[in-house]
Amino acid sequence: MKAARVSPDRVYRAALGGAASLVFLIVALIVYETTRGSLLSIRTFGLGFLTSTVWDPVAERFGALPYVYGTLVSSGLALLLAVPLGVGTAVYLAEIANRRVGALVSFVIELLAAIPSIVYGVWGFFVLAPWLRAAVEPWLLAHFGFLPLFRGYPFGIGMLNAGIVLAIMIVPTIVSISREVLLATPRSLREAAHALGATPAEAIGAALGAARPGILGSVILALGRALGETMAVTMVIGNTNRISASLLDPGATMASIIANEFTEATSPLYLSSLIEIALVLFAITIVVNGLARLLVLWATGGRRFAVPA
Amino acid sequence: MSARGHIRRRAIVSRLLIAACYAGAGIVILPLALILWHLIAKGWPALSFSFFTEMPKPVGEAGGGMANAIVGTLILVGLGAFFAVPVGVGAGVYLAEFGRGRFAGMVRYTADLLGGVPSIVVGVAAYGIVVIPMGGFSALAGGVALGILMLPTIIRSTEEVVRLVPQSYREAALALGAPRWKVTQQVVIPAAGAGIVTASMLAVARAAGETAPLLFTALGNRFWSTRLDKPIASLPVMVFDYARAPYDDWNRQAWTGALVLVMIVTVISAVLRITVRRVPR
Repeated sequence: MKAARVSPDRVYRAALGGAASLVFLIVALIVYETTRGSLLSIRTFGLGFLTSTVWDPVAERFGALPYVYGTLVSSGLALLLAVPLGVGTAVYLAEIANRRVGALVSFVIELLAAIPSIVYGVWGFFVLAPWLRAAVEPWLLAHFGFLPLFRGYPFGIGMLNAGIVLAIMIVPTIVSISREVLLATPRSLREAAHALGATPAEAIGAALGAARPGILGSVILALGRALGETMAVTMVIGNTNRISASLLDPGATMASIIANEFTEATSPLYLSSLIEIALVLFAITIVVNGLARLLVLWATGGRRFAVPA
Repeated sequence: MSARGHIRRRAIVSRLLIAACYAGAGIVILPLALILWHLIAKGWPALSFSFFTEMPKPVGEAGGGMANAIVGTLILVGLGAFFAVPVGVGAGVYLAEFGRGRFAGMVRYTADLLGGVPSIVVGVAAYGIVVIPMGGFSALAGGVALGILMLPTIIRSTEEVVRLVPQSYREAALALGAPRWKVTQQVVIPAAGAGIVTASMLAVARAAGETAPLLFTALGNRFWSTRLDKPIASLPVMVFDYARAPYDDWNRQAWTGALVLVMIVTVISAVLRITVRRVPR
């Protein structure tokens, strides 16, 4: 065999490797496009973009703080609701339910993770909002109205609605990963705990301790989804440019302002400001997701899980 | 005495915590069940054959369908698959067959990161990559955005499926003197074929429900269009527009559109998830 001949093995491998390296190209293109698009806004407003609360397309002055605030608060509220419920459900599925029920329920939950976000938005807008307006929010105002968290009018649409819809949307992520992490912890942990006289809950606690990094990873991954979630939030948050301590008030998120105003942005600076919001959102989710993947990887000893994307 | 009280307290706490887990599971499943129930209750009445075959009617006229949006979604999803499936399957096969080095590790991590990029950001990027150079909104731009969103899932699940092909297949083929590339191309890939198709279809079905990246790429269209260089209607965007419109008729149709969308996405996913377990490996 001649040494100079190019081996077909190498060609084949290079072709497949080329397809694989397109991933880098795509991520680089996303970074390039969002950065290039926001240059005008970055040059005009500098860091003040992130601290200003003015959003005035007529005067061409833009600040992203209300949207950053809305994104953080709605996602935080979603985590507050989804984490205890999600982890509890994962414990139920992995430790308490019998194998068949556990498998069936997690199958259904994973299917529900495939429901498009616009559908959650339609539900939140037409079903959840009237219910919040008629029942929940008046009750909150009557009993907890002394807290700054529950002031104002029962619109039904607003931060509370967005937080609840987001919680419903991210719970499947927390449940399915936490369940897999729990199932991956050694049985002997529970057996040892039982042998020492632990109650059932204490034995589960021992397993939860071992699964903690993985569960934390699932929570951060869910946070990443909540931060970038667009359509459902756009439909239920009310889209007003304001920062209010009250969860009953409408607000807006980084994703929702882009979805609402991108096609209406008539001036270059307006468009550039929206693209800069996308860049900031992109940076935040990259950091959050990178952290989550590392945690899940570490917790599971390098095994990768099929994460509902 | 106090020791016994201590044990009883622990037993009670244990019961309470486990009851809380049951309650948690119930509370998680309840809203999901409610969403499905409302979807069917509100979407079913307006669901008819004409919903699939007729064009949207102007405000005030009853009836009409979303034929253009359904076809538009099929075109957009088809375009996305056209871009993403060859690349994704190639990358997945690479990771499964040759993916032991640092390069492969970086590909995996980058693909996972790409999977976490919000779809609205992908839409903004596609706007810059396709819409601006082409000088206008187009089906092509929407297809590119959907393709980018499909890619990470296709890569990851293709890798998983190809890894499941027994090592003995490769060894047997190598023992017969087949070169490495022939082993992969003619033994491993066919053996994993059904799984690869399923994995790709799952990603494609998931992308059919995406709305945010289409808002300013494919834009939407009230009229019939199948041209790739013009704005095109899609089911999710039409549901969004109809749900926000102040007309009861349109709101009802939004529910029906949402129901059809969920049927498209979940029926495909469910069928695939059940059949993929039966695929002989």
